[in-house]
Amino acid sequence: MVEQLSRAAESQNPTHAWLFTGPPGSGRSNAAKAFAAALVCERTDLAERGCGECHACHTVLAGTNADVTFVATEKTTITIEEARELVTKAQDRPSSARWRVMIVGDADRMAERTTNVLLKAIEEPPPRTIWILCAPSPADVLVTIRSRCRAVSLRVPPVEDVAALLVRRDGVDPHSAAMAARAAQSHVGIARRLAQDEGARERRNAIVRLPLTLQDVSDAVRAAGSLVELATAEANSSNDVRDAAEKGNLLRSLGAPTSGALPPSIRSQVRQLEDDQKRRSKRSITDTLDRALTDLLSFYRDTLVLQLSAAANAADGSEQGQLPTSATVELVNADLRPQLQAFAAASTPETTLARMDAINNVRRRITSSNVAPLLAIEAMAVSLL
Amino acid sequence: MTPAASSNARPGAGAGNANVRTSNWRDVQPASLVLVQGTEEYLAARALAGLRKTLRLQSPDLEVTRLDASHYVAGQLAMAASPSLFGEAKLIEVSGLASMSDDFLVDGLDYVRAPDPDVVAVFHHGGGVRGKKLLDALKTGGSTYVECQPLKKDADKADFVAAEFRQAGRRIDPMAVRTLVAAVGASLAELAAACSQLIADVPAAGGSATVTHELVDKYYGGRVEATAFKVADAALAGNGPVALSSLRHALATGVDPVPLVAALAMKVRTLAKVYSARGSSAQIAKELGLQGWQVDQAKRDIRGWDSAALVRAIQVLAEADAQVKGAARDPIYAVERAVTVIATSRR
Repeated sequence: MVEQLSRAAESQNPTHAWLFTGPPGSGRSNAAKAFAAALVCERTDLAERGCGECHACHTVLAGTNADVTFVATEKTTITIEEARELVTKAQDRPSSARWRVMIVGDADRMAERTTNVLLKAIEEPPPRTIWILCAPSPADVLVTIRSRCRAVSLRVPPVEDVAALLVRRDGVDPHSAAMAARAAQSHVGIARRLAQDEGARERRNAIVRLPLTLQDVSDAVRAAGSLVELATAEANSSNDVRDAAEKGNLLRSLGAPTSGALPPSIRSQVRQLEDDQKRRSKRSITDTLDRALTDLLSFYRDTLVLQLSAAANAADGSEQGQLPTSATVELVNADLRPQLQAFAAASTPETTLARMDAINNVRRRITSSNVAPLLAIEAMAVSLL
Repeated sequence: MTPAASSNARPGAGAGNANVRTSNWRDVQPASLVLVQGTEEYLAARALAGLRKTLRLQSPDLEVTRLDASHYVAGQLAMAASPSLFGEAKLIEVSGLASMSDDFLVDGLDYVRAPDPDVVAVFHHGGGVRGKKLLDALKTGGSTYVECQPLKKDADKADFVAAEFRQAGRRIDPMAVRTLVAAVGASLAELAAACSQLIADVPAAGGSATVTHELVDKYYGGRVEATAFKVADAALAGNGPVALSSLRHALATGVDPVPLVAALAMKVRTLAKVYSARGSSAQIAKELGLQGWQVDQAKRDIRGWDSAALVRAIQVLAEADAQVKGAARDPIYAVERAVTVIATSRR
């Protein structure tokens, strides 16, 4: 894969549109940025392109290169206006580098109408423009977009590699690096947060243990309530400071009076900013909940592994007396093994699968439509009983 | 309505000033300055119509000028108020003071300082704080103040109905008043239209001059204004027929499926929280962060509900929530199904 990309970076006329796909944590946008850096690198020797040392490489990786545009939204979707702006910008010739590179960090967060705006621009870009789109899977973008792009699919790195990276780059001790990498299911960013942030680790523990504490409907509804509350608090705590700073900056740059009522012309701009902030906060609540649900899913995934391996043992291992095969498939929550084994023994694979379905169902509803998060999570929690 | 508007429009705001003459909207007496203020458009329209009628009785050749303060061009007010060759009576109605232009603010203040005694100028402000300076000037400048606040309580609406009939010289049963308010009370304009309909249809003389409960029922019996909570209460009580019919009434009288599902979810959530709670209502309320009456009501509703039924209710509501927000073609069917399932889940 790396070889293919570096050959493209060396060539005189590389493919004009690329689609990077891979599950969350596979480093799509980082790969796209590295590829962009290789494309605009200043080295003359082809083999050294993407050196990471020249001015162009530095600015691309820092996100300040004038010829490389990186778009990722903090709201739930990329708007059609933003897409139109991108199309206009794609027509410009590169100012200093060989190529103008347009990177769309989350091409999956576009409505169909918005994607259609990009179609023509991606199909026939000006001679010196290259598009790079990133999405979790090829199915997340329109088929008409997919057919116009060269696909690059990335895979999740193995747990050991992620742990090694944490040790090497962030100086985490090997034991907790391995734990964090496993718990984050190889998502590098999340693994690092788990390894470094005590609070994140505790929150994850509480969520994973949730199925062990559910007794009746009241528990489930209360647990759902506190989960949503926690997600909201977490999103707000990171956003509040930033929101206030942004509003202060806006007021200052508009020259607003320091006291008294705002003039109407400024008021509309402030309202626009507040609307954007509200959308951003909704997105971060959704993301936090989605993350929590993924963690929860890992509990049932482990349960299913134990249940299925126990069933396989009972089927063929009775006369051979083998060790339990669950030793061969690693558990995500290895520290909960005894509780997991008891939990697995108390239910059947069918119920576990039904519960996983319920979790996936609510994940889909929360991320793709405008449902009330509390009600959706409650419905999931009572399905786990 | 914003809180600022309500405090601004309260008669007490100008009560300290001896110049203000507060007047009921039913009988506004002509004065050189009249301020009609409040968010209830219908009452304002009635006040203006009443004033116009009084003035026309006094002088049939009344010249009426209507101005819109939001699209006002400087000088219009002075032009409308200047005396004409024939010296007829003049009525100037200025609407839209709530979004008045800056030109109007200047001209309005000028006019209020020296109103023309031969002209009746009516200013209608629909609530809000825009043009507070002009409003204050009107209040201190000796204008007649007409307050048009929405009628929120059923008792106020009943008074309104009774007054309508009194004005027309008719009588109505107290029971009939209640039925009428329940049927069409949500919008004051509709309520007034219903009153005038009844007044026009019932003969003035003879034994049936009083509007009876039966008559109101005959006219408006099929229509009930149901709220989302009424639907939720009936469904949780396991009363399927009432729940479904009030759901239909609610949908027909303008309740959206989305808040319906939210109201049901809120009720079921409280029920589920209270389900396994032990102790006195006050303790439970404190522990769960609810109001005492909510816990009491949930405790009454909880009879007949078991854990499986609650699980089913929550699941069907979550599904309906997704469906009314675009996951299904027919949002009404989705709510109806949720209500049916909930009403039949209770043992």
